[in-house]
Parts: sequence; structure tokens; C-alpha cells
Amino acid sequence: MMETMVCNGLCKYYGSVKALDHVDLHLEEGRIIGLLGPNGSGKTTLIKLASRLLVPTEGEVRICGELPSPVTKAMVSYLPDRNYLPDWMIARELLDMYEDFFTDFDRSRALDMLNALSIDLDMPLKKMSKGTKEKVQLILTMSRHAKLYLLDEPIAGVDPAARDFILRTIISNYDESATVLISTHLIADVESVLDEAIFLKEGKVVLHQNVDELRDSTGKSVDEYFREVFKC
Amino acid sequence: MTWKFTDDIPIYLQIIEMMKMDIVSGKYKSGDKLPAVRDLAMEVGVNPNTVQKAFAELERQGLVQSERTSGRFVSIDEKGIEELRSDISDNYIAEMFANLRKLGMDDQMIRNAVKHWEDKQ
Repeated sequence: MMETMVCNGLCKYYGSVKALDHVDLHLEEGRIIGLLGPNGSGKTTLIKLASRLLVPTEGEVRICGELPSPVTKAMVSYLPDRNYLPDWMIARELLDMYEDFFTDFDRSRALDMLNALSIDLDMPLKKMSKGTKEKVQLILTMSRHAKLYLLDEPIAGVDPAARDFILRTIISNYDESATVLISTHLIADVESVLDEAIFLKEGKVVLHQNVDELRDSTGKSVDEYFREVFKC
Repeated sequence: MTWKFTDDIPIYLQIIEMMKMDIVSGKYKSGDKLPAVRDLAMEVGVNPNTVQKAFAELERQGLVQSERTSGRFVSIDEKGIEELRSDISDNYIAEMFANLRKLGMDDQMIRNAVKHWEDKQ
């Protein structure tokens, strides 16, 4: 089984704050993995290290065996947790931009999904509702044929119908040689699509397990177990 | 996302149960083709690997057969369906007895209550 993402003793410190503290992880291909943890546990930091927006203080992260570089950026499709696209652009221009930037971008797949949602290709991003904006960003991210999808809070702040669309889009678009890493604290909403769960607590991995095994051994849902581990 | 999953049981086991119900109730008949893994995963909103695992288990139990290129088919005879039906109904009855015993009823009281309920219908 090919490993899509590996972390060895990965650390990121901001001054005296240890955002990530000696993280070791092996993520295999073909899996949908939940990166779960409360606010400030290091989820976004881990994703930014893997997408080369940050540089580790110590240790390393490798994508398909490579250190983060332009080569890995071509294999990683990253959905940030905020609006990252120029908001004056219309949907059609966003498609053009993705096509220019990423050779693995599948324009017809993106168009099919945008049409299925009746999204106006001539509407600028800033005129779209929050939910529509999030859907457009996810469609662009999932329309790349990437090896690793890093989705930072893809379902935060959308209604339940939009959430179902987003989860279905994730399930139907990743291919079997790819890995999807979804960070969220809305665990109940995503747990039925997960293969594995990673719990991050204060920058450390406290659990990395197959979701079915977790339910089997604890008799609890991932959500319930999470509440137990992170009880305030 | 039409199926509702409960929290404490692995999802692949719940999918197996639902498929068995569909077979016993006649929604899937012997020889019928099952949906593709990814299609079912999309429909019910779960991970394709989970559906794959459930199908593999159904195959292991001999309820389903896979043909190399054309997909998976229900392969069960009348006797198999009868066995499956009685397994499932046993589970329901066991659950009912367990619940009623919690109310402090003994087995004779439960049988009388069932009779009484039936008469009222």
C-alpha cells in the first residue's frame, strides 16, 4: 500500500507555543481520513505544512516520498479554511485560472458539478451566498486529479443540504489512489464518510484509528468518543 | 443520504443488516444485480471502502456472488431466505423480550401481553 503522506517527528513552534509537537503519521492511499481536534489543536498548521505554506521547526512531512516543493504542490489539492480566490472573478474565470495553474484540473468535471447546482457561470464570486461560495471552492478543489486532497473545514457554516452535497462530492470524486484529509470539529457530520480518524490534542496525535474498529472497540460513535477524550 | 445510522455499531455491519432486510423483503431477488459500490456509497452517504467491506462480508456469508466483470449478484435460494428471515425475526423478538423484562415482566406475562395486543388489533 502506497503512503501518500508521512510525517516524521514533525514540529512547528510559534515562539514558545508548540502548535505541532513531534507528530508521526502515515496516511495510505485510497482513504478518507478525518483530522479531528478542538480549536487550536494544530489541524490547520499540519495542513499548511503539507501544502508548503509553512516550514517545519523540526522533523519533516513527505508527500508521496517528496519533501514539500513545487513537485508536491502539483500533487496536492488544498482547500483553505477561508475564501482564497479573487472575489471579483466570475465562475468561468475561476475555471480558466485553475486550468492555467494546474495540469491535473478537469474542467468538464467542474462544469458538470457547477451546472448540476445551477450556478451561474457569469456571477462574480462576491455576489454568491456563503454556501454557494464554499461549494464553488470545493468543486474547484475536487476537480483536480490530485494524489492528496487537504480540506480544511470544508463543511463549516453551510446548511445541511449543502453539507450533504459537499460530502457526496468528496466521495464521488477522489480516486482510489488518492487520499483525502478532512479537518473539522463537526465530527457527527462527517463520520459516516471516514475510513480513519486522527485526534489532535495540543499539537500531539492522541489517536489514529480505523473508524469501524473504533466503534467496535468503544461501542461509541467517533463523535461521542471525541467528546469523552476532549471533555472540558 | 436516506439511511440513518446508529452511533455505536460499525457502519459496515449496519449496511449488511440493511442489505439483508432488502433481500428478505424481496427488494432484491435472487439473481438481481447489486448497485455498484460507489453508487451505493453516494446514495447513502458513506465511504466507498465501507460499502466494499460490507459487500465482501455478504459474499463471505454466501448471500452475494461477484462475477468478475459484470458486478455483484444476489445468490440465495428459498431456504436461505427463510433462514435469514428467521434470524432477523429472532433478533427482534429477543430485543422485545429484553425490553419487557426491564419493565419487570416475566415471560408468561409477556406472552399474555402479546396475545392481548393481538386480540385488540
